[in-house]
Amino acid sequence: MNPTPIEKVERRGPQALWPRRSPHTREEGARGALIAATSTVIVLGLILFVVLNSAAWPKVQRQFFSWFHFKESFPKVASGFWLDIQMFLVAEVLILAIALVVAMIRALRGPAFLPLRIIVVTYIDLIRGIPILLLILLMGFGIPSLQLPGVPRSPLFWGVAALVISYSAYTAEVYRAGIESVHESQRMSARSIGLTQGQALRHVIVPQAVRNVIPALLNGFVSLQKDVALVFVLGVREGLREADIYNARTFNYTSYIAAAVLFLLVSVPVARFTDWYTERDRRRKQAMSS
Amino acid sequence: MTAKLSIQSVRKSFDDKTVLRDVDLEVAAHEVVCLIGSSGSGKSTLLKCINLLVPIDAGGILLDGEDITAADVNPNLVRQTMGIVFQAFNLFPHMRVIDNITLGPRKVHGVPRDEAEERARDLLSQFDLLDKAEAYPGLLSGGQQQRVAIVRALAVEPELMLLDEVTSALDPELVAEVLNVIKDLKGGGMTMVIATHEMGFARDVADTVCFLDDGVILERAAPKDLFGNPRQPRTQQFLQRIIDAGRL
Repeated sequence: MNPTPIEKVERRGPQALWPRRSPHTREEGARGALIAATSTVIVLGLILFVVLNSAAWPKVQRQFFSWFHFKESFPKVASGFWLDIQMFLVAEVLILAIALVVAMIRALRGPAFLPLRIIVVTYIDLIRGIPILLLILLMGFGIPSLQLPGVPRSPLFWGVAALVISYSAYTAEVYRAGIESVHESQRMSARSIGLTQGQALRHVIVPQAVRNVIPALLNGFVSLQKDVALVFVLGVREGLREADIYNARTFNYTSYIAAAVLFLLVSVPVARFTDWYTERDRRRKQAMSS
Repeated sequence: MTAKLSIQSVRKSFDDKTVLRDVDLEVAAHEVVCLIGSSGSGKSTLLKCINLLVPIDAGGILLDGEDITAADVNPNLVRQTMGIVFQAFNLFPHMRVIDNITLGPRKVHGVPRDEAEERARDLLSQFDLLDKAEAYPGLLSGGQQQRVAIVRALAVEPELMLLDEVTSALDPELVAEVLNVIKDLKGGGMTMVIATHEMGFARDVADTVCFLDDGVILERAAPKDLFGNPRQPRTQQFLQRIIDAGRL
């Protein structure tokens, strides 16, 4: 009698069913590397071949990938990009702090805290419902035009403020997921030794919660690092604005590529770091539970 | 003389499920009361009600003659006078053992760190855990974690200890070390209410054993009477099942 496919599979053992993730022997590792390298070269080569041989490529190259314009625009774009970095750093610090406070307020229990919770939930719902660009335009043009005494009129200030307000709402939800991921028994046992709600949150729940959501927070970093460029709509001379100005002057788009390269130089390492950290965290948890 | 702890007609429901219906219990100072009964009989809920972790629906709980369930009582202050230890240890995994123990005294009683640590080390050495002071809970065995949890509860100098099935999550060979700690506490005169499935232990350590069934204390007696001569048919059934399972 012929064995059914299932039996065949079982006899081969589970290892033969799928490629193992990490190679068991050196030869296997070398073979894997060779396959990976060959397939990468072939795929990328094909894509390049198609693009570079398209009829419009020479024109596109002049418009978008001109080495001359790259060199010409780069210093201005880079100095504008430095402002992007500064905005990012200032905004991120504020966001991490404000969002944590918002999330902690949302996590408070008991009827006494209801008004606070309502305020916080309203804030999160409203802000998450408004496109970030719209918020930047509203605040960046709207608030300075009110000409309130003692209130800053700089579009840069209000642009960053809009980013902080918007991102804090999202980041608060990230923290909240973390707070909810900490088991109820931790809260109970913190309360049982006499800690107040606030103390239990601060010393027991939040430290564990933050650890659980670090990868998600890092993702927020990557996202914010690009979104700071949105304040260019207010005329703030950051990287993208400088690229835009160069383009308006020369009708060449390479300055945008220069800006893109700069953004990538920062965001790709952060993205790689996030992956590395998440993977390390996963392994550590696995080791702990075994 | 007023009882250390007096539970009077306490009722508790979760949604439409009644967990405690009219529980009455008096615990004298230095008395050890064991609560036995099948899972879901209300043992754990009763302990959490005493610790005010679960609000009661009706009745009253008196500690030294004062109603701790009254609306004007600050539950945080009440909790400082009693320690509770849970089945699942519930140590704080992100803190070293010593910080787990000193957190309560430092934050609640405002004890300075070095003083709190000194006391914590005294307690740890008393329970043979001094070498684990700097370790994180995840690296300890279940028995060690549960002993640390007991030390943590003791660190706020409670007058009453509530133990909620503290050996149920342990490997059999680790049960004894935890039970010995509880016997030591009894030797030191600690008032305790213990929910347990360890009948042999209850018989040894308890002054009084209460059999809970479906949210009421069905039978309450000295251990030798309750285990030797149970009066209620439900108690007899329960004990017979335990004996059949070879656990008494």
